[in-house]
Amino acid sequence: MADANRPLPSLNEADTGAFWEATRDKVLRYQKCDDCGTVVFHPRRHCTGCTSGNLSWHTASGKGTLYTFSVVRQSYHPFFRGKVPYAIAWVDLDEGPRLLTNITGVTDPATELTCGQRVTVDWEEHEELNIPLFRPA
Amino acid sequence: MSAQSRSAAIVGIHEYPSRDVEGRVTPLQIKAESAARALDDAGLTWRDVDAIYDAGEAGPMSGFMISEYFGLKPNVIDTTNVGGSSYEYHAAHAARDIAAGKAKVALLTYGSTAHSNMARIGVGGRGGAALSPGDNMEIFTGMTLVANYAMVARRHMHQYGTTSEQLAEISTATRYHAMRNPQAVQAMKDLEFLDIRETTIADVVNSRMIADPLHLLECCMISDGGGAVVIAAPDVARNCRKQPVWILGSGEATKYPENGGDITTSAAAQSAPQAFGQAGIRPAEIDIAMIYDSFSITVLTLLEDLGFCPKGEGGRWVEGGRLRFDRKDGPALNTDGGGLSSNHPGMRGIFLLIEAARQLRGESTSQVAGARLAVAHGNGGMLGSRHCAGTIILGRD
Repeated sequence: MADANRPLPSLNEADTGAFWEATRDKVLRYQKCDDCGTVVFHPRRHCTGCTSGNLSWHTASGKGTLYTFSVVRQSYHPFFRGKVPYAIAWVDLDEGPRLLTNITGVTDPATELTCGQRVTVDWEEHEELNIPLFRPA
Repeated sequence: MSAQSRSAAIVGIHEYPSRDVEGRVTPLQIKAESAARALDDAGLTWRDVDAIYDAGEAGPMSGFMISEYFGLKPNVIDTTNVGGSSYEYHAAHAARDIAAGKAKVALLTYGSTAHSNMARIGVGGRGGAALSPGDNMEIFTGMTLVANYAMVARRHMHQYGTTSEQLAEISTATRYHAMRNPQAVQAMKDLEFLDIRETTIADVVNSRMIADPLHLLECCMISDGGGAVVIAAPDVARNCRKQPVWILGSGEATKYPENGGDITTSAAAQSAPQAFGQAGIRPAEIDIAMIYDSFSITVLTLLEDLGFCPKGEGGRWVEGGRLRFDRKDGPALNTDGGGLSSNHPGMRGIFLLIEAARQLRGESTSQVAGARLAVAHGNGGMLGSRHCAGTIILGRD
């Protein structure tokens, strides 16, 4: 029987581990190229906009816009089956990155959420890292 | 019609009839039996095959594994796997390899026991080991396959005013065709569908919500199954049992989550112009639209991206049942019943080629009189995040 905990990202994944390291301090980081200005997300070692590859880490404000969402009503996952109905969403951070997350702080996500509404990060605490969930701003 | 290259044709097809094998056969056995029946259909034998295309769904290292299992020594071995669109890629690659003189007879096969294995493809959630950097960013969210597509539907509704009733047109048209296909009706019985009959828009929008805004009757089935397609060079095709179904054009593309990207446009917007351009035809000329119907929103999005109507107008365009085989004002959609109501063992792309070929031969259970041109469009992976598109244009003599 798989454990009924939220599946967590790996801190050791070669490209994205550093992003998750920063979440220990509740810092939401993204990369930007010093040469061409491209925002790179998900994180990786090379710039997708140019071949020079001088990427720097920047800190996002945690504010963003709900791009789209769904309310999951059926799941066989040992953790998420106990969470239905829950909202899953693509959120556009003000700094540019689009990330997949869950929306918290609503009692009926199907009626309380709309595309385009403002959201803000709502960290869910874990031992090794923290998870950037979002709630209506 | 403009001058077209007719350098490779589908000459043999077979769709494995059972959708519930109850553990009695393996995916490899489904592939081999389907291959033999498709070769029979063409009037060819194993010894004629000199090119193998395989997605590896029945086992790893399939380049040599499947050749050994079939007992073949092919000159061309292609193990492209792009999910459910793999077979459109295989057909495109086979046509290129044949046109280049590298092969004469190409064999494509598919086998799956997803239903017998109780594979909870749509609602299983994602867990286990993180496989890629992208996965490692998304693993915590409880994304389901249905929710991935539902997020496209939600954004489409927001951006263009598309309604659930419009999306339901996809489901009712495919069920209308499924009820005319004895294999599809048997499939729904074997998979214990409730109340097997033609559906109405109200039936669809009143069915249980799985992931807002997608309802149960907007989601494909999970069946067992498989099939095979044989593609041959013109000199072989002219001597086969059935009339050739020519591959007139192909296109490939991929799409993935992009910062600021438009989730309502799929990779088909890139693959379709390649395919239609090569074939020298316009979408309005297409009689048969075999479009991967994993969900209602998949078809709506792909109809737009294939160029049947402008982006965002798909909802209004499908209203009133124009996708049914007996209507003159639109292409006939998924005339076998589709993944929604006939056959979806996980990677449906091969059935798009098979039913398109049936239509152009005059063998469909929902036959469009005089059908001349078909498009088969596979979407592999996930529409709302990372996926591949494969577009194939087919025509008869």
